[in-house]
This record gives sequence, C-alpha cells and structure tokens, in this order.
Amino acid sequence: MALDAKMDGKLDFKVVGTRVNRPDGIDKVTGRARFGADMTAPGMLVGKVLRSPHAHAKIKSIDTSAAEALEGVLAVVTRADFPEVELDEGTWDVLDNCMAGEKALYDGHAVAAVAAASESVAKKALKLIKVDYEPLPHVIAVDDAMKADAPALHDGRQVENVPEGMGANVVARYEFGHGDIEAGLGKADKVLERTYKTEATHQGYIEPHACLAQVGSDGQADLWCCTQGQYMVRDTCAAIMGLSQSRLKVTASEIGGGFGGKTTVFIEPVALALSKKSGRPVKMVMSRSEVLRATGPTASSSIDIRLGMTEDGQITAGFAELRYQGGAYPGSPVEFGSMSAFAPYDLENVKTVGWDVVANRPKQAAYRAPGAPMAAFAVESAIDELAKGLGLDPLEVRLKNAAREGTKAAYGVTYPAIGLEATLRTAKDHPHWTAPLGENQGRGVACGFWFNFGGNTCVTLNVTPDGTVNVIEGNPDIGGSRASMSMMAAEELGVPYERVRTVIADTASLGLNDVTDGSRVTFAVGLATIEAARAAKREMCKRAAMVWGIDEEAVVWEDGAARPSGPNAGKHDPMTLADIAAIASNTGGPIAGHSEINAEGAGVSFATHMVDTEVDPESGAVKILRYTVFQDAGKAVHPDYVEGQFQGGAVQGIGWALNEAYIYGEDGVLQNPGFLDYRVPVASDLPMIDTVILEIPNPGHPYGVRGVGETSIVPPLAAIANSVSAAAGVRMTSLPMSPPKVLKAIQTG
Amino acid sequence: MNYQAPTSLDAAVDILAGAKGDCRILAGGTDLLVRMHSDMAEPDTVLDIKRIDSLRAISQEDGGWRIGAAVSAAEMGENADLVADWPGVVEAANLIGSTQIQGRCTIAGNLCNASPAADSVPALVAAEAKARIAGPDGIRDIPVEDVPEGPGKTSLKPGELVASIFLPSRPERSGDAYLRFIPRTEMDIAVVGCGVSLTLDASGNCVAARVALGAVAPTVIVVPEAAEALVGTSVDEDALTKMAAACSEAAKPIDDKRGTAEYRVHMAGVLARRAAVIAKKRAGGAA
Repeated sequence: MALDAKMDGKLDFKVVGTRVNRPDGIDKVTGRARFGADMTAPGMLVGKVLRSPHAHAKIKSIDTSAAEALEGVLAVVTRADFPEVELDEGTWDVLDNCMAGEKALYDGHAVAAVAAASESVAKKALKLIKVDYEPLPHVIAVDDAMKADAPALHDGRQVENVPEGMGANVVARYEFGHGDIEAGLGKADKVLERTYKTEATHQGYIEPHACLAQVGSDGQADLWCCTQGQYMVRDTCAAIMGLSQSRLKVTASEIGGGFGGKTTVFIEPVALALSKKSGRPVKMVMSRSEVLRATGPTASSSIDIRLGMTEDGQITAGFAELRYQGGAYPGSPVEFGSMSAFAPYDLENVKTVGWDVVANRPKQAAYRAPGAPMAAFAVESAIDELAKGLGLDPLEVRLKNAAREGTKAAYGVTYPAIGLEATLRTAKDHPHWTAPLGENQGRGVACGFWFNFGGNTCVTLNVTPDGTVNVIEGNPDIGGSRASMSMMAAEELGVPYERVRTVIADTASLGLNDVTDGSRVTFAVGLATIEAARAAKREMCKRAAMVWGIDEEAVVWEDGAARPSGPNAGKHDPMTLADIAAIASNTGGPIAGHSEINAEGAGVSFATHMVDTEVDPESGAVKILRYTVFQDAGKAVHPDYVEGQFQGGAVQGIGWALNEAYIYGEDGVLQNPGFLDYRVPVASDLPMIDTVILEIPNPGHPYGVRGVGETSIVPPLAAIANSVSAAAGVRMTSLPMSPPKVLKAIQTG
Repeated sequence: MNYQAPTSLDAAVDILAGAKGDCRILAGGTDLLVRMHSDMAEPDTVLDIKRIDSLRAISQEDGGWRIGAAVSAAEMGENADLVADWPGVVEAANLIGSTQIQGRCTIAGNLCNASPAADSVPALVAAEAKARIAGPDGIRDIPVEDVPEGPGKTSLKPGELVASIFLPSRPERSGDAYLRFIPRTEMDIAVVGCGVSLTLDASGNCVAARVALGAVAPTVIVVPEAAEALVGTSVDEDALTKMAAACSEAAKPIDDKRGTAEYRVHMAGVLARRAAVIAKKRAGGAA
C-alpha cells in the first residue's frame, strides 16, 4: 500500500497552495464569532481585580470586610483563598502573578478580586478593600536591576551557574557557541564593539483577556476563555485550584490576537476562585489598561556585541552578551535570544552569554519569536555597520557568511536543507534592491531566524454519514489553522475543501495538545491531520475491500476514491468517500482516523527583510516608504495567510522599532497603559508590506511545511535601524527610534 | 445616572444650573465617554446638547461664521464656504482623533476639555475666535483663549456652557494653517501644535498675523513676538527664522511621556515656520 510514502513536497497539489475562503470569515465580519467576552451564563457575576498602585511593596494586610458587606457582592478573594497545594516553581510564579502573596512586585499586580452582581457594584467594592502596603525601593531598567546593590525582588531564585557576587535579580545564565573568540577577532581586519538597547513592547492583541468560570459544588468546573492553549489553561488552573485535570473542562473562544501573550493565564485562576467561593458563574474581562499593566509584554534588553570581519567580508568571530529583564519573575526569553543571535551565519568562532534578570515590571509573556528580535537587532546592526565601514555590500556580506545545509549553528544543531541563502539571493535580484532613493532616504536589510516547534498534538478526523468530513483539533486558530487543516485533509482525502470543516475541541474531547506557539500548528497539527486522514483512508480501503471481497492490499486510494489495484484485484467501480460513508453502518460502523503524536522535524525558517525609510531632519520623524519580506515557508498551504503572517510580523517590528515602549515614571508606575500613548502603528503609518514567499521544503513534513508565524518579526528591528541609520547619517543603536531620539542623534552626530 | 436631552438652550441652562452633583455636557462624547469608560468621570447627570437645533447649525453672521457647540468636525469639513474662509481651523478640527472620532467630536468640546494639546484650539486662538457662553445670567462672548484655564479646567461658571464658536469675517488675502507633531500619522495627541493666521496686502506684505502654540504650556499660548516678526515682511526666510525663534523662546513645555521639553521647544519653531509658509500660500502670497 502506497499510503505512507512521504511526498517530500513533490506532490502535485490540488488544494494546498490555493487561496480558498476562510471558514471564520463570515462569522468575524458579521459579529457572530464568539470571543472571550461573548459568553454568558445564568446567574453570572462580574469579577474585577484590585491592583497594586506601587511598583514594589510589602502587603502587610488586606481588609476585605467592607467590600464583603456591600450589597451585591458575593465573593472577595485574596491569595489566602487559593488552596495550599504543592506547585512547581513555574506554576507558583504564575499563581503569584495572578494574585500577589507577600509582596506586590509591579504597578498593576493583582492583590484582591471581587465577584458582584454588576460591574458598578464590583467597582464600588474594589474601592472598599483596604490594603496596607509598605512601599519598597524598586528597579525598572535591566542594567540597573543587575547591580549588586539593586533592590531585590526575590530571595534564592538564582540558578547554580550564576557566579557569586552577582545581584539577586540576576537569576540565570546561559552560554552557547563554539571556537575561540579572541583568536577569531585577532584574524579580523576590523573589529566592532557596540552596545544595543531595546525597550519592552506589548503583543498588542486587540482582544483583552476574558473568561467565564463555573465551579460546581460537585467539584466539576468549566472554563470558557480566550487563550492560545486550552490544555495549558487546564493544566495550570487545575494545579493551582487543586483539581484533577479531567474535572476541569476548558473551552477556547475565538481569539482576537495572541502573538504569544495568551500562552499563559492571568485571570482564569482568579475567576475559578471567585466562582468556587460564590457558587456562581463568574465572568472577567480585562480593560486595556489592565492588559498593558498586568499581562506580558516582552523583555527589555541591553546587548554587547563584538564582531570581527576581514576586508572581504568574512566574519572571523561573533560574541554577544545579552541581558534581558523579563519582569518580576524568572523566565525572560534570553535563552532563545542567546541561541538565535548568530543562527543565520556559518561561523568558526561564536559565543553568546545570556543573563536572565528580574525587575519591577509585569511578568513577561512570550511575544512572537520570543527573545530573537532583540538579539537580531544587535547582531544585524553590527554586521551592517562593519560591512558599510569596509565598503562592502551588506547583502553580499550576509551571503558570504550565510548558514547552509550542513552548517553547525551557534546553538549546536547542524542544519538540514534551509532557505536563508534563497531569501538573500531573491532579495538581491528584487527590483526593490536597486530602486533609486531620494534625499534623507535610506535602505536597510537584515536577516532573521526562528527555530519552529513541533510538540504534543492530537487530531481526530470523522467521516460523516453524508460523506463530508470533520477535523477535530485542539489548538486555537490564531493564524488560519482551521483553513489549513481542512485543506490538508481535503488534499489527502481527495475531496473538495468545502466538504471539510475543522473545529477546535475542548480539553475533554482530545488528548493533550501543546499551546499554539512556536509556529508549530500548521506543521505539527498538519502532520497529525495528514496522519489522521491516512488512517481514515486505510479504513475506507478496508471497507471497499470487504464490499468487493478482495484483499485490503489490493485497494488503493486515488482521487478521492478507493480503487482496485494490482493483477488479482479484479474489476470494480471505484467507491468514493461518500459511497463508503453511506454504507459504513453495514461494513463495521462509523469511519474515523486519528493521530496522537509528539511531532518532531519542525524545519527552521529564515527571512530577509528590506526596508526604505525617510527621516525628517528637522523633527526626527521616520516614515516607512517601502518594505519587502522574503521568507522561506517550506510550503505555503494557504498563501494569503502566509503573506498575512509575513506582513503582521513586519508591522509589529515597525512598531517596536519606531514608537512602542513601556514608559515608567520615577515612581515605577507605568505611564502609558493605553493605546493612545503605547503607540502601535496605525494603518496610515504603513506602506503596503510586499511579500515574497519562497518554498524550500522542510524534509520533516510530508508536504514540506515549515512554521511561518514568528520569523517575520525577527529582522525588522535591525532592518529598520539600518535603514534609518543610512537615512539620518548616524548609527542608531537604541530602540525605539522615536522622533526625539532620532533628532538628538542627528544633532549630536 | 441621570440623562437629559433638552431641545432648547434655555432648557439646557436650566438643567445645568439646577443639577445636583456632577453634571457633564455631552456633545460628541469623544472625551466624556472615554473618561467614563476609564473611571475618570462618574457624572450624576449627562446633559446631551445634540437635540438643540441652534447648536447643530453652521451659519454665516456679520461676514463671519457661527458654529454651534454640537456641530461635528466632519460637518465643518463638508461646508465648502467655511473651509474657504478658515482652512486652518477646519483642518485642525479634522486632525482630532481619527475619521470616526471626527464624525462626532466638536470644537466647543475640544475647547472645554481644556487639554493644552487640543488640536483645534491653537487654530481657533490664531483665528481670534470668540466663544459664546450661555448661563443663568444670559449670554456673553469671550475670546476662546479665555475659556481654558489649565489642564482640565475652564473659566466657565456653574450653570454655564459654550453654545457656539464665532469665527470673524476674513479680510482679502488672508490665510490660516494649523500643524501639529505626533509620532504617528493619526489617532494621537499633539506633542506640539501651532496655528498661524495672517493677512497680506496687495504687494504681498504681511499686515496682520497671529500665532498660537499648543502643548507647550498649561494652556494654548499666543506668541505676539512671532506675529511681530512677520508683520511688515513678505514672510521671507529671514522673517520665518525670527518667527520660529520667537516661538521656541515662548514655549515653556514640560517633559512628559509624549515628549521632552527640549524637543517641544525645538518643534515649536519648526512647526510655526512650516505653518506660516502654508498660511502665506493660502493668502495668495508668492512661494
């Protein structure tokens, strides 16, 4: 039977690669789609959180009596209301972030919550809660937080390899690389040493976190929420609430953006605690201000680079020391930053050292290629500056040093077939590269890399009695995965796309699915979908064989039908999926295929970005004139969505590069918790983001698919910095490149 | 919360004067609703003035224009004659927020919100606009710059509201312009704003000018030295340089999350120069 042969991207695709209608389009434009805040339940209460006004304070006592006495208040919870259960360090941090214990660690840290009959009563109740704080000194900037005498957030959280004498806020150290840096630098004609800084930026999803929790007196609980991973929510909340995982059923709503920020929980355990205490369903919806103050932005960073280059553009050594603060708890993405910094290059001598640092800011959450954009900003800026200083073409220099199949990456792996070189060559041949530039305009390029994940995945594919198909998967659709799964199932089964509907299951309906992260879904869930479809095909071939009275091995599945094959199969009319489905009851019962895997073989993805900017020399304002993304998608299952991912990453990168930043006052209070002063780009700030999809098949996937969602945010910071530096005539090494900062750089040269 | 929507100005004044607790005027609601949403305002009474016909009208009066307090920025933009007389005021009103906001927001509301960064106010001040105030003691007209007293504070007395804004008649060869600086291209708050209104004589010399700056002091400021630098000149490079310097000199901004004082001082001059060039062109002056 030929069903299991890997197609290695050589299949003559009928559905994959087309631009079919998205299944959620009508729902979303008509408002029918149900997001986190769209669910209600009879007797539902409104939950609200009281948050710390201090950046760092000891919580001496909390008096909730007046709030509890207010008419319409059915429950007030503090940390004391959470069960005393054994938690691993990471889950304890999540709980402590959702509801502060002994200390409030940042402005906006939750300290208490109420459930009341209405929002106005809930708000009144919050004002009646008396918290006795003892304010403590705080620290915000990463370099300040590392100092030995900086105010310490925690005791005893340093891992063993942090050298003695480092400040208590330095909690972990990472190191990667090979070769001899000093020897490599010695062979260089020019060595560059620079420090680069980036600010914390928020994922900026449009939909604030929202959930509806219901805990029954029988110990069964249901949770509806907006998340990138209902299984993660289940496992985390079950641990915190002392529930077994099977007792808590979590259903993911439609999601209005996540970008990594919804790979953890913020309000869900609180809603469960309030529901448990009140005996009523409790709905919680964060305000935008709460989202910015208390959910995860990414880390801010400070990075030192040492880079050596020969006169002809050979990089002789690359060293990076990366310092990331990830907010009030360990876990900044500095490890990914350290691993990815030099990943695009084939280097003999390379080393990165990463420091994970805590500071009095909200606990960071994953943000699209966590940790990689800042590292790429530093490395790609340094390469650009050295190349230009030596009079070399920055694309040629990158081509000369580019990682290829067989290259040993700085983080240890040896690459299979990869697409970096293809993106660089395509960029070089693109009309954008040679288009003329005007006065005060500049062009920049940069490369970027992301690992891509696989992971635990379950898919069930059901053939319905009328001959259509349901694919059931367990990963919220944040980038078009329902369309992609339906397409891969249709491709495999040989049926039209319109006959397949993919739905997202709750946690009780499938086995474990890892979070929708790491650009894993189209790859891993796609793999499981293909395997589930192949299992269903095997079953359908078996049923046809039974009807025809021949061996199973004498039946093949081609063009959407079972067909006799081989010399002894005899002559039988093909049986389509619908034919077999119609008589399934008589041939052994319903037909389904399923797949439960821990997917491996996610191919890494590379991109090259090219951007033109114009700088107003009088104001320092930067205008993005033209932007082109060149990225390897392995195989673009649905090109519209792939282009959307390329564009979305570029735009988030533009925001990060130009205007987005967490702004703190001297008091450690966040000054811009709203979209007015936390400036994501608006449509009028942007040109059309052009995209070029390259398809270098991933050998680890039957159709060659690679994840595409994250790589696109890795190059923009550096590409824009390189472009602005060229336009302004001065090297920009600190983000955001806001107008005052650019003007200052121009004025001081 | 009590919601009132009277159909006459007298009734509105009665409600406002007699209201207990916090009574807020609702015109476009683009400031009030945001404040209520973010718990910065919890009014006992909301007084909606959009059903008062006279407050919804744009009318010509004594060669100038009277703009009712409930007229939206977008409606101003659709009145071609008004745009021809006061392009700078209308463009300022149509920089507020976004297209959606401009469909609701009003210049009277923008004035009474008393933000130093209000987009339409420097243009109105440069235009020598007057605010007509209705209250228990009747009607009075005052210069618009006398309405805001500081961030969020106005000179209006209890029971008073702004009923309309009056833009005076335009001499021949007049032009106005408003420019603001924001880090984005829309949906933002001015880091600095500058309104310039000027009149040229037949030979192209400036005979009258008025320059106002926003977001560089607790209220919008008039810069007489900047006007003096233009009057009697052909608004040439030399005059523009002097005017820009006068604006930077007059700016007394603070450092805040939207910009440093140093940057605002610099940008006051840059914007004033650029706005004056546009105003001159609109007045028919040579490039």
